[in-house]
Amino acid sequence: AAFLPMQVNAAADDAIAAFTGGAEVTDGGVDLVAPEIAENGNTVPIEVSAEGAASIMLIASGNPTPGVATFNFGKLAGAHTASTRIRLAGTQDVVAIAKMADGSFKRASANVKVTIGGCGG
Amino acid sequence: MADNVKPRVKVPRSASAGESVLLKTLISHPMESGQRKDSDGNPIPRSIINRFTCDFNGENVIDATLEPAVSTNPFIEFEAVVPEAGEFVFTWYDDDGSVYTDTKAIAVS
Repeated sequence: AAFLPMQVNAAADDAIAAFTGGAEVTDGGVDLVAPEIAENGNTVPIEVSAEGAASIMLIASGNPTPGVATFNFGKLAGAHTASTRIRLAGTQDVVAIAKMADGSFKRASANVKVTIGGCGG
Repeated sequence: MADNVKPRVKVPRSASAGESVLLKTLISHPMESGQRKDSDGNPIPRSIINRFTCDFNGENVIDATLEPAVSTNPFIEFEAVVPEAGEFVFTWYDDDGSVYTDTKAIAVS
């Protein structure tokens, strides 16, 4: 499945473009840990980390509004990692975009199968 | 207005200087997404925590922007470097303008 084109809708593309300013995004350098199957889309545990990242944005490409959260790391951030719990409307790709300290952008994505959607639909 | 909003944080009591420690935070909040409708079909207005920050002795650790896709009772876990003894300040910003804070001291051994 890793070789299929990304199933990212237009709103998710817009959100990514707003974050990167249209800069090129390369794969790799970001760790995104997400469950393969989430029984309940209301709380899906997600962990992202990217060594040397200034900030990391999480996108749920299949949600009505794709933005999930943006973590900006300060001077005293330990490992550049964050975990949280998110809502997913259905089976979809979760994308993490990391803005590195040198201004480049890296991405990782993970497909999550959702049994019960989490957006009140 | 969200009721019974209660922040909870887990910080180790002590660390060695320069060590990276794991911090866990959770705040009880409905995180109403604005997508749902009530029984009459009227949309329920959005009411979420839209920003979370953590500072240590005035230096920023993390500043997160949250969207409606973050779950009810938003839980955030991250790591911070502890250069000296001091106090962590955690701040949550609500859509309705409320600001919730919690502080936790940490000793350096």
